[in-house]
Amino acid sequence: MSSPSDQTRRTIILTALATAVHASAPRSVAAEEDAPGSDLRPQKADVLVFAEGDHAGEVITPQDLNPGGPAVRAWPKDPKTSVVRKGSRLNEVVVVKLDPAELDDSTRPRSADGVVAYSAICSHAGCPITAWGKAAQGEKDVLKCVCHNSEFDPRQSAQVVFGPAPRRLAALPLAIADGSLTVAGTFVGKAGAQQGG
Amino acid sequence: MTMKQWLLPSLFASTCLFSIAAGAGPIEKYSPVTADRLKNPEPGNWMLYRRTYDGQGYSPLNQINTSNVKDLVPVWTFSTGVVEGHQSPPVVNNGVMFVTTPQGQVIALNAKTGDEYWRYKRQLPDDLFQLHPTNRGVGLWQDKLYLATTDDHVVALDAKTGKVLWDTKVQDYKKGQYLTLMPLVVDGKIIVGGSGGEFGIRGYVVAYDADTGKELWRTFTIPGPGEPGHETWSGDDWKSGGAPAWMTGNYDIETRTIYWGTGNAAPWPGETHPGDNLYATSVLALDPDNGKIKSYFQYHQNDSWDWDEVDAPMLVDLQRDGRTIKSLIHPGRNAIFWVLERKPEGIKYVAGWPFVHTDVWKGIEPNGKPIVDPAHKPGIGKRVEFCPSLWGGKDWPSAAYSQNTRLVYVPANENFCGGFTGEKLPLVPGQLWLGTKPEDIGLKVRWGATHFGELQAWDPATGKKVWSHNFPKSHLFGSVTVTAGDLVLVGGTNDRMFRAFHAKTGELLWEQKTNSGIVGMPVAYEVDGTQYIAVQSGWGVDAQRIQDALATQNDVGVENNVPQGGVVWVFAVKK
Repeated sequence: MSSPSDQTRRTIILTALATAVHASAPRSVAAEEDAPGSDLRPQKADVLVFAEGDHAGEVITPQDLNPGGPAVRAWPKDPKTSVVRKGSRLNEVVVVKLDPAELDDSTRPRSADGVVAYSAICSHAGCPITAWGKAAQGEKDVLKCVCHNSEFDPRQSAQVVFGPAPRRLAALPLAIADGSLTVAGTFVGKAGAQQGG
Repeated sequence: MTMKQWLLPSLFASTCLFSIAAGAGPIEKYSPVTADRLKNPEPGNWMLYRRTYDGQGYSPLNQINTSNVKDLVPVWTFSTGVVEGHQSPPVVNNGVMFVTTPQGQVIALNAKTGDEYWRYKRQLPDDLFQLHPTNRGVGLWQDKLYLATTDDHVVALDAKTGKVLWDTKVQDYKKGQYLTLMPLVVDGKIIVGGSGGEFGIRGYVVAYDADTGKELWRTFTIPGPGEPGHETWSGDDWKSGGAPAWMTGNYDIETRTIYWGTGNAAPWPGETHPGDNLYATSVLALDPDNGKIKSYFQYHQNDSWDWDEVDAPMLVDLQRDGRTIKSLIHPGRNAIFWVLERKPEGIKYVAGWPFVHTDVWKGIEPNGKPIVDPAHKPGIGKRVEFCPSLWGGKDWPSAAYSQNTRLVYVPANENFCGGFTGEKLPLVPGQLWLGTKPEDIGLKVRWGATHFGELQAWDPATGKKVWSHNFPKSHLFGSVTVTAGDLVLVGGTNDRMFRAFHAKTGELLWEQKTNSGIVGMPVAYEVDGTQYIAVQSGWGVDAQRIQDALATQNDVGVENNVPQGGVVWVFAVKK
């Protein structure tokens, strides 16, 4: 037990998770969600846009990402119609830039300039992947779902490295086009939870 | 808000709502559930959340008692095939048992043999995000069952077959609205309250016609403009101020008054929603005919700790101060054991005292308003520590009252504190809105703690603790049931045990290790002259979260190895 003079020991527990902050107002969000194609899963040639923060809605380039993380949350966007595919939360992804040398043989072909993307929906109970930080076991930074403490290694196809998640996160193949990150194929694996609700 | 209803067969036009009723059924002999039967249930049945409308969690059965409980053995089990928290009581009506599971399954079983009659499986939307994947049971009325679902529907099933009779959308799950409670059934009305305090919803209680699913009334737990109590909110805070109503209410038959608990104000830090914030963290007295708020009592004002007070107060005729008090008893998440009085003019404060350590309250004013210590009240831009933790002195698991011993049995948690740094964040409908970053939320074990969970026995007449059983390596996160056999039944610990204690002394009389941790509610019932005790074992949700937190604290020495998976356990005395 901590002594009274010790720094309080904090455990990430979660009755809760981080709130994604969208710049757009709820009304415009609703309009976007109703747009044709907004509920389609990420499609080949979609670009990725920031889901939150000061640059929400802006197209992501590899230069926008810090090597080694943190991971950012993103939505796919149809470059032809400008529809952001927010119609289903199953479309959201997490994107992180890593050293290509760290990526295993199945991960590297789906990456672009070391950038990898995975479904932002935890395979355990459908909570969002909201954290990037040191693994419970080991020194590497990993993707985390703080809902039930599942962790996924993005260097190894987001395989589960800790917690109750039953399988890896669905992977989204990436490419570079006109300097921007684009989607190179549909999800590899199932986006969403095995059991929820 | 548009309310959509599907009356079969048009229900199946919806692609995301698909159900299966399968099994050996149908049930040939089923006893219709009437108003009289709910008001005066047979001793051998368990047809309401806490068996009776008063919410006492007391069974008059005494065939299993302190003398023979040592001979209690499992007589049948049933695997649900579902993970996560199995929190519902096995509901029993004349030999037929109904259990519910996470994901909105309902299973009808022969209460004597464990044979399955039928199973209803709801297909939940793929994009449903559920922090609390659970269900707390079906309501019963006539020959129907009523299920509240996490995709925010109320569904009526044929009790004999499991077939869907009607399906009513309550609100939109994509906006953070969901349901986990057992519906309260009063005189043909199916009454539910919404979850979603962590999503910035505006709480409500709503009643539906049992036969048609038509909405009869809806009462918001946060008053709108022009309504009494609206002045306790600032600006537009009331629109997203929380006050969810996610647990089943209790019902005063004599005065025809429903008592319903409400949850936290949203988001968590009180600075983000200045004012007392009625009717968050309160008990509401509601008229079942029209939902009108007759009266209220707020357990604490301007909630800043995520201390839902949704567990409805027990209705007890209490001998106190030389008179009989028509009391409401509520051991609160805010660490205060509340004794209130149901008076004709409204709910009045009688007494309150801390039942676990708290540093948040400096006292209670004569009118029942707790006096807060600002040093332990979270705010914007500052990290604040407080005791007890976010999960409080007692979370949603129910306490029980014995008509034999006249004691209240509380599943309490001691020696936990919490803390977080408040942030002002914009609300995005359907996304969590807590007012803090998750990585800043902490669970802290108090220095010198010797235990965590406490099964406490309190005398509400005197305010004295009569006995306590402490758990050195586990929290206690399960509802309590007490019987006329002077047995206090509870699971709730991380060692997977189901236990029976002597109601008068606290002596541990019997325990059985089960498949998983128990967060389900124990029940007692009788079929063909034999008494049984039943409980679901299936660890998950917040019990798991606390366990996760405990297991990371190396100096506590708790391993995080509680397996999940639901099983119905049924026990009887070995003959």
